[in-house]
Amino acid sequence: MALYSEKVMDHFMNPRNVGIIEDADGVGEVGNAKCGDIMKMYLKIDNDVITDVKFETFGCASAIASSSMATELIKGQKLEEAMTLTNKAVAEALDGLPDYKMHCSVLAEEAIRAAIEDYQKKK
Amino acid sequence: MNIYADNAATTKMSEAAVRAMTDCMQNCFGNPSSLYRIGQRAKERLEEARLAVADIIHAEPREIVFTSGGSEADNQALLSAAMIGKRKGKNHIISSAFEHHAILHTLKKLEKNGFEVTLLPVHENGIIRLAELEAAMREDTCLVTIMMANNEIGTIQPVGAIGELCRQKGILFHTDAVQAVGHLPIDVKAQNIDMLSASAHKFHGAKGVGFLYCRKGIALSNLIEGGAQERGKRAGTENLAGIAAMAAALKESVDGMDRNNAHQAAVRDYLIQGLSEIPHSALNGDAKQRLSGNVNFSFEGIEGESLLILLDQRGISASSGSACTSGALDPSHVLLSIGRIHDVAHGSLRLSIGEDITMEEADYIIRNVKEVVAYLRSFSPVWRDLVTGKKEFILQ
Repeated sequence: MALYSEKVMDHFMNPRNVGIIEDADGVGEVGNAKCGDIMKMYLKIDNDVITDVKFETFGCASAIASSSMATELIKGQKLEEAMTLTNKAVAEALDGLPDYKMHCSVLAEEAIRAAIEDYQKKK
Repeated sequence: MNIYADNAATTKMSEAAVRAMTDCMQNCFGNPSSLYRIGQRAKERLEEARLAVADIIHAEPREIVFTSGGSEADNQALLSAAMIGKRKGKNHIISSAFEHHAILHTLKKLEKNGFEVTLLPVHENGIIRLAELEAAMREDTCLVTIMMANNEIGTIQPVGAIGELCRQKGILFHTDAVQAVGHLPIDVKAQNIDMLSASAHKFHGAKGVGFLYCRKGIALSNLIEGGAQERGKRAGTENLAGIAAMAAALKESVDGMDRNNAHQAAVRDYLIQGLSEIPHSALNGDAKQRLSGNVNFSFEGIEGESLLILLDQRGISASSGSACTSGALDPSHVLLSIGRIHDVAHGSLRLSIGEDITMEEADYIIRNVKEVVAYLRSFSPVWRDLVTGKKEFILQ
């Protein structure tokens, strides 16, 4: 049995929306290097719609795949919709994560929320 | 290209070991405890293996107890020494901070039962200091247990000097030699070793079998009660096929030891040189006083599990001390013990090469590790903070 689903491997090997947005409207960073996972999300927002999203991640394969999947899920969404994204939805979209890797999907949810909150604070 | 570079985790069984094992299963299936000829033939086979193993480490056959592997041998050695100590009112044990969990967890259990444990520091080079060992010895010290070579960073401990010191002070000395047997010359008499643990699958034998050397006169306590096998010290019908394979594998490993070590050390040093070219990386453990097959690096700004999976995609099997590879929250206690902080310990890579490794394969490993590290750094927020000066580099 493989450690990860094909979807996780695909998003890990070919991550979507990798990189940074220089003039991002909202930036969120969660996790810490001590625990071995850091996720940083950059959002471009127009009229309360996420028009672009990029991420940088230091972490394991499932952390990178979770970031990638989360960016795909929220791209084009309204802020209020993106705020309701759950870690479960990220994990399900990846066809599941091993139990001890579920915290990676939690980080993805938290990173997006942090980036949106950063935008709302700046506004 | 497919390169298996995780020989410290397990090795491929040698052809000689497989032959011994299948021959045993097909032609020598008897129970060594049975009195008829089929049983006695199995008994002979068992004792031949015991003699072969004993000879190699300069022990007597009766001093070898076959076990299910290194962990069982470690558990039995420590619990036995603790029982001996307890009877004499001695309940202090000295070990090192970077032992295998088979040792550390057994020590934790003993601590709960009233023993006091001192873990010696292993310093940046991953080697204990004799003066610190001597200073830690007390009137009530009943055991010193220090591994012969570390499983993650491969550093070799001064076992002969430790043994001499323990003998002078009348303290039992056990060494977990799981990574060393078959790879380093061992003479339990010359090195004053009282107890030694070994595991067959680390030297091309089968999994699920190992042995404990216990100097005669030292009373072993049983972990497994039952029949009178192994001089009554380890019950259960012997894993004869595994034991015969272990003896064959060990003999072959020891016969080729000098040649294998010379070759592996040359490739190891070439790998270390090549990987050192990666900026902000560092070799973990002493560069020379280490197993010939061990290379262990930390790379700043990346995490080890993603590194391993990308290397696996390129045909390289290796391992890491990252927390994510084990499901634990903390990275390897070995890397922490040599002073690597969490951030850097997560980004580690262990390559444990075997005797078949070629220079072409080493080139392939170096090239691919360089590419994969650069790739992971390209979207690591930690790396960005480091290169933009927001955070200071730990590894120069």
